[in-house]
Amino acid sequence: MSVSIPYAMTAELTHRCPLHCVYCSNPLELQKRESELTAQEWIDVFEQAGDMGIVQVHLTGGEPLLRPDLNELVVHARESGLFLNLITSGVGMTERRIRQLARSGIDSVQLSVQAPEAGLADTIAGTKAHEHKERAAKWIRAAGLPLHMNAVLHRQNIHLVEDLIELCASWGADRLELANAQYYGWALLNRRQLLPTRDQLIAAEAAFARAKERFGHRIELIWVIPDYYEDYPKPCMGGWGNLSLTVTPDGTVLPCTAASGIKSMKFESVKERRLKWIWEESASFNAYRGFDWMAEPCRNCEHRFRDFGGCRCQAYLLTGDPSRADPVCARSPHHRLVTEALPSESEFDPLQRPSYSYRGK
Amino acid sequence: MKWELTERIRIRAPARMKFDKARQTDMLLLPERVVRLNPTAGAILWLCDGERTVARMIEDLETKYNQTNLQPDILAFLTEAIGRGWVEICP
Repeated sequence: MSVSIPYAMTAELTHRCPLHCVYCSNPLELQKRESELTAQEWIDVFEQAGDMGIVQVHLTGGEPLLRPDLNELVVHARESGLFLNLITSGVGMTERRIRQLARSGIDSVQLSVQAPEAGLADTIAGTKAHEHKERAAKWIRAAGLPLHMNAVLHRQNIHLVEDLIELCASWGADRLELANAQYYGWALLNRRQLLPTRDQLIAAEAAFARAKERFGHRIELIWVIPDYYEDYPKPCMGGWGNLSLTVTPDGTVLPCTAASGIKSMKFESVKERRLKWIWEESASFNAYRGFDWMAEPCRNCEHRFRDFGGCRCQAYLLTGDPSRADPVCARSPHHRLVTEALPSESEFDPLQRPSYSYRGK
Repeated sequence: MKWELTERIRIRAPARMKFDKARQTDMLLLPERVVRLNPTAGAILWLCDGERTVARMIEDLETKYNQTNLQPDILAFLTEAIGRGWVEICP
């Protein structure tokens, strides 16, 4: 089978994070600081990435600002010809630091926000962060960088979609991604507290359409669907090992950011293999490439070229086997695993405070 | 859109042009997206350097491709590129 050239790399510089967001999709077991790649190792990864045709890098984590050597990494990544997007909570940012990062080669910044007001936002993040984010947004703009924002939507904030859009527009965002929570890692643990009801979702979609009328001319608005309410799965990663890859803090290379959750698979590390070899030759990247691996109902399904059978990680997390159809699909024999998880309107009480599980608490 | 041939065009920040060696093709890099350019689009965008006038760009491209009367096609492409937010007219 012919192997494509990847466009993008997600570089998880650290799993450490000052926030404890209840919807965090990073794994339950985070990698420790001692296991993180050194600056020199990351610089080598960026060089390999540029050589093999990767053009875009998302610097993320955890919180990438927790790496004191971030500026050095940015300088070298830029020398490797990469377009650099910094994905941050804003915590740890100072005006001086972002100005220096802009000079060193950061091309754009994506800042997260949890809710339109500090009280709820800080409850969701499990720490006081919201007020600092407003300052961070101002500094990002002042440094001449495009400000992209993202908000993860779930039961406690999905009714506030219009307020969220208004807030991000007032902070000067050029783009806002409203992403319904995805149930991986820590988020799966809180799924019962996070999944919105169908009525909430319908109201939020209407609110999004209204806000798009009002703000769409000055802010690019993206709506990421909640796949649990869909009849067909998302085209996860544009296909396994097709467009992009992820390097975790310790150098493990994954076809999908959530793939470390697939305990039945072994993934290679940049400490032992070249990135290009891992992309082209490794068993993990070839396991679900193309269409030959598919069983029924995907194997002969007309949707397979569009959704690639959905998400391998979700198939594993819900059915225990990553080669099965994503159970989000109505044609999956395991579809009830998704429908039975959906909350009924009657069991949902908006006044009741959710009992979230927080990391490290 | 009405064009003044004395205007200068530049790539609109933060977008950047790149010749990708692995694919042997010109690309326009943008936040969250990558545009693979066909050779003609690439040739035009590389000349959007904020220094050349539109008249000079047309002249350079006609020389490069050994053709005349490219002006309508180039202006149509530039109009589209402005609409997509790839380039802008220098103030």
